Amino acid sequence: MSHSGFRSLLPQQDMVYFAILAALIFVVFPLSMDIFRLNLVGKYLTYAFVALGLVLCWGYGGILSLGQGVFFGLGGYCMAMFLKLEASDPEATKIQSTPGIPDFMDWNQLTELPWFWEPFHSLGFSLLAVIIVPSIFAYIIGVAMFKRRVGGVYFAIITQAFAAILTILIIGQQGYTGGVNGITDLRTLKGWDIRSDEAKYILYFVNGLLLFACLFIAQYVRKSKLGRLLVAMREREDRVRFSGYDVANFKIFVFCLGAAFAAIGGAMFTLQVGFMSPSFVGIVPSIEMVIFCAVGGRMSLMGAVYGTLLVNWAKTTFSESFPELWLFAMGGLFIAVVLAFPNGLAGLYQTWVAPRLSQWLRNIRALRPPLTTAQSRS
Amino acid sequence: MLTPSRSRSTHSPLRRRLLQGMLALPLSIMMLGQSAFAAPATAAVNTTGLAVTDTTVKVGILHSVTGTMAISETGSVQAEKLAIDQINAMGGVLGRKIEFIQEDGASDWPTFAEKSKKLLVNDKVAAVFGCWTSASRKAVLPVFEQYNGMLYYPTFYEGLEQSPNVIYTGQEATQQILAGIDWVVKEKGAKSFYLLGSDYIWPRTSNKIARKHIEKLGLKVVGEEYYPLGHTQFNSVINKIKLKKPDVIYAIVVGGSNVAFYKQLKAAGIDMTKEKPVVLTISVTEDEILGIGGENMVGAYASMKYFQSLDNPNNKAFVEAFKAKWGKDIVIGDVTQAAYLGPWLWKAAVEKAGSFDIDKVRAASPGIELTTAPEGYVRIHENHHLWSKTRIGHAQMDGQYKVVYETADLMEPDPFPKGYQ
Repeated sequence: MSHSGFRSLLPQQDMVYFAILAALIFVVFPLSMDIFRLNLVGKYLTYAFVALGLVLCWGYGGILSLGQGVFFGLGGYCMAMFLKLEASDPEATKIQSTPGIPDFMDWNQLTELPWFWEPFHSLGFSLLAVIIVPSIFAYIIGVAMFKRRVGGVYFAIITQAFAAILTILIIGQQGYTGGVNGITDLRTLKGWDIRSDEAKYILYFVNGLLLFACLFIAQYVRKSKLGRLLVAMREREDRVRFSGYDVANFKIFVFCLGAAFAAIGGAMFTLQVGFMSPSFVGIVPSIEMVIFCAVGGRMSLMGAVYGTLLVNWAKTTFSESFPELWLFAMGGLFIAVVLAFPNGLAGLYQTWVAPRLSQWLRNIRALRPPLTTAQSRS
Repeated sequence: MLTPSRSRSTHSPLRRRLLQGMLALPLSIMMLGQSAFAAPATAAVNTTGLAVTDTTVKVGILHSVTGTMAISETGSVQAEKLAIDQINAMGGVLGRKIEFIQEDGASDWPTFAEKSKKLLVNDKVAAVFGCWTSASRKAVLPVFEQYNGMLYYPTFYEGLEQSPNVIYTGQEATQQILAGIDWVVKEKGAKSFYLLGSDYIWPRTSNKIARKHIEKLGLKVVGEEYYPLGHTQFNSVINKIKLKKPDVIYAIVVGGSNVAFYKQLKAAGIDMTKEKPVVLTISVTEDEILGIGGENMVGAYASMKYFQSLDNPNNKAFVEAFKAKWGKDIVIGDVTQAAYLGPWLWKAAVEKAGSFDIDKVRAASPGIELTTAPEGYVRIHENHHLWSKTRIGHAQMDGQYKVVYETADLMEPDPFPKGYQ
């Protein structure tokens, strides 16, 4: 990319924001927190992938999906299946009636590995599947919905139904999926113990790097013609269509992109937390992820990350201090955000902080020249 | 908890005086300014950096107090707090008062994992009393094994697990099922069974064991069905039951679904007091009857290890103390009692080991016995489960069970039952 191309992708102001976030994630957090808290932050940041996808889909494209948990879950499950197979080698599972298959299959009287588990013996396939499976799923939903011009609230409801369907499927087929318990007790990745403190540090940084990769992709989409088309579609879909654009294809693309982001988050979640369960696939977590995005400001990429961090941090802190009352505090926080700052943290920043900041900067710049001239005269 | 007469000490003036005398002994030593003798030195009882000081020891309580499981888990939290209070009133553990840190699992399994990590890594608690559903236990298990913590898990569950880092104070499946089926076959002359349950690991494993046992006895299972958690439409299965006319409906329906199931059973004209068929459940405790309503449950039988109505001095004192602390209208179910055992078993193990170190507590645990348990006498098996009796309760109009049968001997816990897998 040429220098001017880079500049148009990241104008000076955005560059500052990216740099601040990078400093926070890569320097401030690791230096100021012990590994337990850092691992928690790492977990929160996996939700930020989903929020990021929602900024593109919902904030820019106007496509509200209440089923992002589906993609988060699919990504997470693909990763978990690989890790589970590695953890269920015949040696470790010799107490079972069929050694060599995951423990929950043994409890459910399966005597051999189901065919769709077989490819997950390969790490390469699993990593590909993390992105491909949710993307294909999103593509199918997208084609089915957007080509028929289903949108708005109807689309939101249908995605919610998908979240419910997938949860019921996973819970119902517990012999194949681990059921309500999920896929638990994941230990190593190619022999590398993912539960050690050292591994947690490494995974945290890998997670951070991936998040920045996704942020750059999102920024690229935002600044490109596609991004402007998305906004145009959100505001007046008909006009875009009459101008000769195939609106559905753009929507499908951005929906798939959001799904892929969510899936990466899901896979990183599984690696850092050590298990995956249907409680991330359902309606409640999906809506929670929309809330992260809303608190951060649904038009702001940075806002999505900060919103996710803030809400989850509040959740952890409140629940540690007031185990019986914390949900009320969370409820209060959400009501306050929706009532007082409908554009979330980003809106708050734009209205209150940014103008003052630039005023202050201008003041500093205005002060400087007289000083230098005074020096040169004397 | 090796002093067998905690519950009676308040009633006997002589014993009270004796106890006061015993209390005065360490007190007088303390007054001499040699308080180090009152409790063993912290460095000696805690070599692995747990949160133990000269006067206190920290433990964790980890249950859902919010979300869908809160209604079930609240009883366990109350029982554990009561036990901790009572232990502290008796002078604590190795001369140290127990301080608890309570965390909310929020009915969400990853939250359980996160909070258990916090308790073990940040708070360095000496033991955790907590979890309820199998899913939450499965979620925290790797954390406890990695950071070497000790979990006291109170719920009756499906077995198939035996972790060095967990003491299971509830029953594993065979302890709840086998004696119950034997009883209904012997006393009610049952020949055919209809198995049904909520669709997850515990009901499925339990019914698998029940089916094997029924077939071993040469009897018949005429139907087996599962419904998702939260399911509320049982009309079709009730019709099938009416058609097949089993002698026993063996029900392992869980949570809120129970309310719909028993109401619809009654509405369909199956009067459980007539015992045609007999309804036998392993999933409805006094807590659930609160929601179902005594009038909808009357006549059913439950196979558990504890009922609030158990007639023994330990239980009377326990029920009295529980009501004094948490309100007189409260009911106590099987799991609540099992949760109450947790802190006492831990105390006994720590005192036997003479140390708070997890490894030493683990080594000391097998063989620990409790004569003051509300359910009677219990003992920890080598496999970390409890030896305990199975009892059959008959549901009454007032929402209580009347105990109609108990096994003569303690049932051996067998989490990996041979021939039932």
